[in-house]
Amino acid sequence: MTHPTLVPAQGGAAVPALQITGLTKIFGGLRAVGNFDLTVQPGALDGLIGPNGAGKTTVFNMISGLYVPTNGEVDLYGEPLVGLEPFEITQMGIGRTFQNIRLFPNLTVLDNVLIAYHPHAGYGLFDGILRTARFGNKEREMIDRAREFLAIFGLERIQDQMARNLPYGEQRRVEIARALAANPKLLLLDEPAAGMNPNEIERLMEYIHFIHDRFNLTILLIEHQMRLVMNICQNLTVMDFGEVIARGTPKEIQNNPQVIEAYLGRGAAARAGVAL
Amino acid sequence: MTFNLQFLVFSVLKIVAVLAWVYFVLWALGRKPLWAKLVGIAVAFGVVQLALTKVGDFQVMNDFDRGLLFQACAMTMVALGLNLIYGFNGQFSLGQWGFYGLGAYAAADITYRWVNGDASGVFVAGLGVLLGGAMILGVGRLASGVFVAGLGVLLGGAMILGVGRLVKRYKGMPILSQFTLYLIGAVLAGFLAVVIGNPIARAFAGGFGTVAAPGILQSVPIQQAVFLLAVLIGGVFAAEISFLFGLPVLTLGSDYFGIATLGFSIVVQTLMVNTDTLLPFPEMKGGRGMIGIPKWTTWAWAFIFLMFAIIVMRNLIYSSTGRAIMSVREDETAGKAMGVDIAHYKLLSFVIGSLFAGLAGGIYAHYIGFLSPGTFDFIVGFNPLIIVVFGGLGSMTGTIAASFGWLFFLEGLLRVLLGQLGTEAPTWRYVLYPITLLLLMLLRPQGLLGNVEWGFLKRPIYPPRKDSPAATAAPPGGELQPAGE
Repeated sequence: MTHPTLVPAQGGAAVPALQITGLTKIFGGLRAVGNFDLTVQPGALDGLIGPNGAGKTTVFNMISGLYVPTNGEVDLYGEPLVGLEPFEITQMGIGRTFQNIRLFPNLTVLDNVLIAYHPHAGYGLFDGILRTARFGNKEREMIDRAREFLAIFGLERIQDQMARNLPYGEQRRVEIARALAANPKLLLLDEPAAGMNPNEIERLMEYIHFIHDRFNLTILLIEHQMRLVMNICQNLTVMDFGEVIARGTPKEIQNNPQVIEAYLGRGAAARAGVAL
Repeated sequence: MTFNLQFLVFSVLKIVAVLAWVYFVLWALGRKPLWAKLVGIAVAFGVVQLALTKVGDFQVMNDFDRGLLFQACAMTMVALGLNLIYGFNGQFSLGQWGFYGLGAYAAADITYRWVNGDASGVFVAGLGVLLGGAMILGVGRLASGVFVAGLGVLLGGAMILGVGRLVKRYKGMPILSQFTLYLIGAVLAGFLAVVIGNPIARAFAGGFGTVAAPGILQSVPIQQAVFLLAVLIGGVFAAEISFLFGLPVLTLGSDYFGIATLGFSIVVQTLMVNTDTLLPFPEMKGGRGMIGIPKWTTWAWAFIFLMFAIIVMRNLIYSSTGRAIMSVREDETAGKAMGVDIAHYKLLSFVIGSLFAGLAGGIYAHYIGFLSPGTFDFIVGFNPLIIVVFGGLGSMTGTIAASFGWLFFLEGLLRVLLGQLGTEAPTWRYVLYPITLLLLMLLRPQGLLGNVEWGFLKRPIYPPRKDSPAATAAPPGGELQPAGE
């Protein structure tokens, strides 16, 4: 049996994988994100960076539908997402992970992945209750598929462990695997390296490279760890106070005085590049 | 003050036996060929049936135990439903007891009307219509109670499906607008049911015969069929009400949902007290309690419904639907991000849980033969909640064992035991069991059984296939050594 086809991000060069225009979110009197524009080309591995509170996660939450934007458009391969329920957006092909890992803690790793398969289970409530032949086949197929999927990530050893009992780095990997199991065209990673030591970050980078190549994915990630971002991202967008302050390749960003200032304050601009 | 040691020993043995019986049932249903399951079930049924049978002067389980047994079956269903809502779906609900009461009153009303059918009826017309129609059509076409309620439930169901279609077409309709549409549909359906149902029901009046010479409609098989229908209709009625109630209320967070469901229980109980004044059901006699409900619950019925609840519950949990339901409990946000329609699964588990409670209500009403609003007081409604927590949230086995244990220990052993110490002493059990509960929560906060499951209720195992291409692809991430060092 073949692996679930994680659809290569095609769609022609003309249509960007993700196109965001004029995205704005206002909480009460606080303008968390203002007039945010972003274009991600199919197959890209792009980064969204910025100091704490810059509004990066808010952008992710609006893309995935958890927040309703005050204003603006989000299109996935030309299809508008604003106004859809989060689960519909997921089913349209956006997978995401969370800054503070959100696994289903009291379920096994296998179940975590199986829940991602849920929209494509292929059987309904009554098939389940009556244990029809259809249920038997589809359930079996789904579990086999999930096992193979976990094996790709080297997670099959821990498939029957409760997610809450896993070490932090493994939880992160399970979370990414689970997001991929939902078969996304675009994967949003929210601070995948948060709380990891340099060794773990090194492994995470290979891991992200691997999924990017293996599944021919489009990836957009938020990160604080400059080492990770500078090493793996093709294009970067820098945010501060809800606005885009710079765009470009990691090299360009590294030497952009505005960015250094946003991160380190005015005085540090002189030591540009060293700290980053 | 005499203390009957023999009774104590015998009661303890009985509790052990009942729990062993529960274990046996779950074991027998477990992974075995179908014939073995059927034999196991038959044995489980037969053993209790035998214990209930009087052989000469000897009877293992007397009428008191029989009552406990039926109540335990009903309580198991209520608690299993609540475990689905609270334990598996994570929605704290205090409304379960209200749905239990709804099911009980609805089912009781149907059979009550049936046995009080037109006693001076004309035989010929009734028989003709009966033979021609009832046998063929099969379902709720019988007497006034059956007919109106049955039609109401059918139309109600059709209405919910119909409005559901409509609502789906208009994306993003606010939940309260949906609710209003459903409510209008429900009122229309109820009105239609009365208008159409009553005249048809009248045509059957002849079949009832007189008290002295009961008609064909009062024969045992038909009564049993009516009983089954009544219980099913009661259950579906409760489920439909829970749908209407849950639709707007389930959008609230879990704690607020708990308060709202508490309100529901109180509304239901208040309506029960006023059935003869606010509501047009004089036969329910309001606060004085409804008497004269036929006692048609047999061990066979209680057992069938118990098995139904256990099997449906288990099959539901170990399916994709069940995993989606649990994802709501574990993390709603992550569930959404995984493509799970959270609102849908909240409503689904609430409706199925209420269906169980409604069915249990019918079983209870026809065992006890008397319904009083006091039984459905919301304070008593905490019992299933305590049982679910006691047995272990999210443990089906725990819920079943705790329900049986609860009835046989608290109502069976303690009440009688304390009763021997003096007339006021039984009240002490409400001191003893909170203390037990307190100790349990301190010593074993995950509940008696935690998440242990027995036999049938264990998670099904799907062994990995031999030819799994697992090892071949293994790439970075997994066993990956720290690179670059």
